[in-house]
Amino acid sequence: MSDPETAAPKAGISTRTMEIAVALVLLAVSALVVFDSYRLGSKWGDDGPQSGYFPFYIGLLLGIASLATLARAFVMQRPGGIFVGWGELKLVFSVLVPAFVYVLGVQLVGIYVASALYIALFMRWLGHYPWAKSVAIGFGVSAMIFLMFEVWFKVPLYKGAYDALAWLGY
Amino acid sequence: MVEISALFHGFAVVLSPFNLLLMMIGIVLGVIIGVLPGLGGANGVAILLPLTFTMPPTSAIIMLSCIYWGALFGGAITSVLFNIPGEPWSVATTFDGYPMAQQGRAGEALTASFTSSFIGALFAVIMITFLAPLVAKFALKFGPPEFFSVYLLTFCSFIGMGKGSAWKTLAAMMLGFALAAIGMDNITGRLRLTFGFPEMMRGVDFLIAVIGLFGIGEILLSMEEGLSFTGKTAKINPKVVLETWKKLPRYWLTSIRSCLIGCWMGITPGGATPASFMSYGIAKRMSKEGDKFGKGQIEGVIAPETAAHAAGTSALLPMLALGIPGSPTAAVLLGGLLIWGLQPGPLLFVEQKDFVWGLIASMYLGNLAGLIIVLTCVPLFAAILRVPFSIIAPVIVVICAIGAYSVHSAMLDIWLMMLFGVVGYVFKKLDYPLAPLVLALVLGDRAEDSFRQAMLIAQGDMRIFFSNGLVGSITALALVMLFWPVVSRGIAKARGA
Repeated sequence: MSDPETAAPKAGISTRTMEIAVALVLLAVSALVVFDSYRLGSKWGDDGPQSGYFPFYIGLLLGIASLATLARAFVMQRPGGIFVGWGELKLVFSVLVPAFVYVLGVQLVGIYVASALYIALFMRWLGHYPWAKSVAIGFGVSAMIFLMFEVWFKVPLYKGAYDALAWLGY
Repeated sequence: MVEISALFHGFAVVLSPFNLLLMMIGIVLGVIIGVLPGLGGANGVAILLPLTFTMPPTSAIIMLSCIYWGALFGGAITSVLFNIPGEPWSVATTFDGYPMAQQGRAGEALTASFTSSFIGALFAVIMITFLAPLVAKFALKFGPPEFFSVYLLTFCSFIGMGKGSAWKTLAAMMLGFALAAIGMDNITGRLRLTFGFPEMMRGVDFLIAVIGLFGIGEILLSMEEGLSFTGKTAKINPKVVLETWKKLPRYWLTSIRSCLIGCWMGITPGGATPASFMSYGIAKRMSKEGDKFGKGQIEGVIAPETAAHAAGTSALLPMLALGIPGSPTAAVLLGGLLIWGLQPGPLLFVEQKDFVWGLIASMYLGNLAGLIIVLTCVPLFAAILRVPFSIIAPVIVVICAIGAYSVHSAMLDIWLMMLFGVVGYVFKKLDYPLAPLVLALVLGDRAEDSFRQAMLIAQGDMRIFFSNGLVGSITALALVMLFWPVVSRGIAKARGA
């Protein structure tokens, strides 16, 4: 193992920053759970434990666990290396961002049209495939899915707010 | 032997052309899922679950469990040929499998790994056949306090036996419980943690979590590694297979030891991944040629593969007999039971004999069929991995989105899946374990129900969990597991003194 100090320092988000951020998010979630359980009643009612009884302690334990993780992140001796380098982060986002745009597309035009466009454009832009091949695979996969779900298994999938495939009659 | 006749009845159920066809489809799909990055046993089964809603439950579980066997087999192919573990439990297989492939012994390595997988699974299935009915019969006596103490044991073992930080295991688990609490309270009918959003009333389905955490999260991780698939080619012909089979009996001791490790880790929710590492480590220490491990030793392939399959299979024992899954994939199968209208738990062995014994019989046949299929079709499956990542990645995202949508036909679930994907990526990189999160999400409601019922019986007196020998010993065992690191240190110290 090469020492992270002596090896060429790679820029990126440090693991410690990430540890602290995640612990804080979990702490916030635990606070949310505890408050909502308290609102519902986390004690012993006339007819047994109230609705918030069990979640209250769940939230409490989550809070304790995240505080412990937080404390450990602060006293961490070594910086603990980097969580992700900028170059890698760019790669991750090059998948993550299109995926979110795709889900937005599904919301608007439905799964079939959005999937065809998503696969085709992903192949074209990130894989640098020729347009013809990208479009063929994108629409081919989408058509296969359509046949499998709508026609054979009769499981209707989301058609979107603006259904572009209404003319197919499914 | 009641079990034997029940088993033969099970074979009669399975041996219909329709079920055999589903079995084959399941295994082929499973191997493909195991080979592809981003798709694994748990989320593969989760995605395909909605397609089985209309099938008879027995056929549905046969297909889904065969996907699971297929995925277990598939992980080994990528480990040996590409040095890329397709599944976490095949990481240990790369240590010796890939060096063997580099030396041109890929066929031997694959034959050894498939055969040991089969032996491990067979061992575990035989154990399930005879042990599961006994456990179920015993569990029929359980009341709410006993069930809660078994849940407690499951979750405490995660914390005590886990590898990384116990706090992180606890945090992941509690997050799962909190997510499970969202929606309608089963007992009082009040809404919890919905914050006024009617869409949240349905709660968070664990299938969505599984698809996001394991599917999308895995894609993001593979992207970061910038996967380039350069692999060895494998030729498996009958001659190689027979020659390897001749060598295998020499390692019978390693096989038996790995089977036992696997079964133990599968029943207690250790899971296939730690089982494979543990088995590899012990084999290395016990073997006369231990120093050759890592350089292409066939024993180094046998040990992890046998244990991983034994663990993966025996994880179904608590799922069948108690309704408590031993692994995320078993949890997904359990979710399937609920959707098909079956109540998991010990009564399954009494009320749904066809289903239970059909499933157990299909485990025998499915693993045999799996062995034959993978031995004959390796080049075909390896070819899938040569499809570039920029085609595979968007297709997997699309498949995950469809899987997430079809669970409840809800658009919100696709967004949730993406969120879980990001959580899965971050959690994996920070060593937050995902298995306890998923199991807590699955078991949350039932753990809470049994806890509250027990509390109602006892009028809020916690001493009910120690009220009789049975529940007391399970609770005590749970506490020992929870503080296992401390306990084991204490034992070591006592011995040293």
